[in-house]
Amino acid sequence: MLSLYHEARSPVHRSPAGAKLAVLLAVGTGLFFVRSIAALGAVLLVVALCYAVAKVPARVGLRQLRPVLPVLIAIVIAQLVLTGWVTAVLVGQRVLVLVALANLVTLTTRTSAMIDTVEAVLRPLRPLGVRPERVGLLVALTIRFVPVLKEQADQVRAAHRARGLRGTRFLTPLLIKTLRLADGLGSAIEARGGPD
Amino acid sequence: MRSKDIALVALFAAIMVVLGLVPLIELPLVPAPFTAQTLGVMLAGSILGARRGGLAILLFVVLVVIGLPVLPGGRGGIGVILGPTGGFVLAYPVGAFVTGLITEWLWRRYNLAAALLANAVGGALVLYVIGVPWMSVSAGLPLGKAITGSVVFLPGDLAKVIIASLTAVTVRRAYPLVKPA
Amino acid sequence: MIELENVHHDYGDHKVLGGISLTLAEPRIAIVGANGSGKSTLARLLNGLLLPTSGRVRVDGLDTKKDGKAIRRKVGFVFQDPDIQIIMPTVAEDLDFGLKRHGLTRERRAAKVTAALLEHGLDQHRDHPAHLLSGGQKQLLAIAAVLITDPTHLVFDEPTTLLDLPNRHRVTRLITGLTQQVVLVTHDLDLAATADRVIVLDHGTVFADGPPARSIDAYVALHTA
Repeated sequence: MLSLYHEARSPVHRSPAGAKLAVLLAVGTGLFFVRSIAALGAVLLVVALCYAVAKVPARVGLRQLRPVLPVLIAIVIAQLVLTGWVTAVLVGQRVLVLVALANLVTLTTRTSAMIDTVEAVLRPLRPLGVRPERVGLLVALTIRFVPVLKEQADQVRAAHRARGLRGTRFLTPLLIKTLRLADGLGSAIEARGGPD
Repeated sequence: MRSKDIALVALFAAIMVVLGLVPLIELPLVPAPFTAQTLGVMLAGSILGARRGGLAILLFVVLVVIGLPVLPGGRGGIGVILGPTGGFVLAYPVGAFVTGLITEWLWRRYNLAAALLANAVGGALVLYVIGVPWMSVSAGLPLGKAITGSVVFLPGDLAKVIIASLTAVTVRRAYPLVKPA
Repeated sequence: MIELENVHHDYGDHKVLGGISLTLAEPRIAIVGANGSGKSTLARLLNGLLLPTSGRVRVDGLDTKKDGKAIRRKVGFVFQDPDIQIIMPTVAEDLDFGLKRHGLTRERRAAKVTAALLEHGLDQHRDHPAHLLSGGQKQLLAIAAVLITDPTHLVFDEPTTLLDLPNRHRVTRLITGLTQQVVLVTHDLDLAATADRVIVLDHGTVFADGPPARSIDAYVALHTA
């Protein structure tokens, strides 16, 4: 379904989501202080090793990296022209490490564990009026209604095409349908015991 | 928040996801800052107002962070946020909030001009102000070069500001939701 | 028992219900009427989803204006379109949604969810996304998710309108087998005929009220003239 999670049994999968995110944050910050191609090369190797430990096949890891490639190439070329090849390689390595590591967290952590972590991170904000348990409900509602709205969008577009209309004019009817759906959904939440 | 507001926030986050799935205009795929989803940012602010619109798009960013493939091309995860174009994604909720704020100020005399102003400032300017420096830091590019590099996206963003404004004005006539400031 | 005392309801300038007084005590009551007769509004007044513009609605003595939340626990509501009523991504999660709000333990909830899945033939679909179910299965899930919280009254707003014939029979069988007090708002006269009492609404007022055969005849006569 709507998830990038890659099922496997590994120490990386078992580690708590919060710990993985903390490591990611620490590495992300630390990277900016490493200014040697060899050292960053070593870090990249360690990341690759983590993928192996997590039993994520290279194919799956690379598939997640592919969308970042155009941006990465553009940056490296820009650096090459502007500052020279050393910085170009350093910047390329840095982006690669960060994105690969972040993807690994995503691939090895269930959506539900991520939601729990987000709720935990938000808990200190409670005095400011933030309701962490609401976040879980909102995420669930969104996941539930993406296919419903996708279907509506397809229907509205098909109806427009049938009448020879093109472009973005399907947006207005789609939005009005969505607002109407919100009326019904609001009542349904209320009827079924309210948001909390 | 009432149940109705919760429904609106969740449904507009879902609309953001759907905009990433539905090709708006049949164009070859273009990278991150140039996506149909910024249209969702503008529409959330213009139709729901600052608070609900900002929350809807913030919820969308939460979906990205927890690793759901909701960005165009099935991307998602913290990798995108930490990457060079992540600043644009993080700027989305701020953009929706600012769009909503201006919409609320101008609600009593809301028309196409007001919509264009709100969407240009919230849905384009704010995104550039946050996204471009982020890209400069993340990619180690001098700020000046990052700004020049972003100019290519201006025509597309201008088109989206116009589309969002026309849509917002029509939807307002059928279904006014914003509470004027 | 549900009591309505001189209930009026307006949407802005548009009057929907004009002075309705009813005592709903029979186990099974059907409300029929043309589109726009006010029956969906009436249904939403029974559990406090809508509040009367004037007048009073009471459920077992509780006023919907004061005790909305407590009343919605007693009065389960099934919407016409299960697509808005199912609010969680998977079948089991949706069944659990209402239970969570009743303060049951995790074990108790899990047991009730499993029992409901079996009872309604949804056990094969426990972790399936709700949007992949067929229309009939969605309506069964919507009803199951309301029944699981043990309401003492049930209001159905056109539960069979969107269903095909086999599913219409299935849902009708399910509804007629219920032991709770049932209020059915429906266009389906076959379903209405299974009730103990049928109320006919016309332009926001009660046009006929009585045993099914008599009320339905009056309704048919009203719209054949």
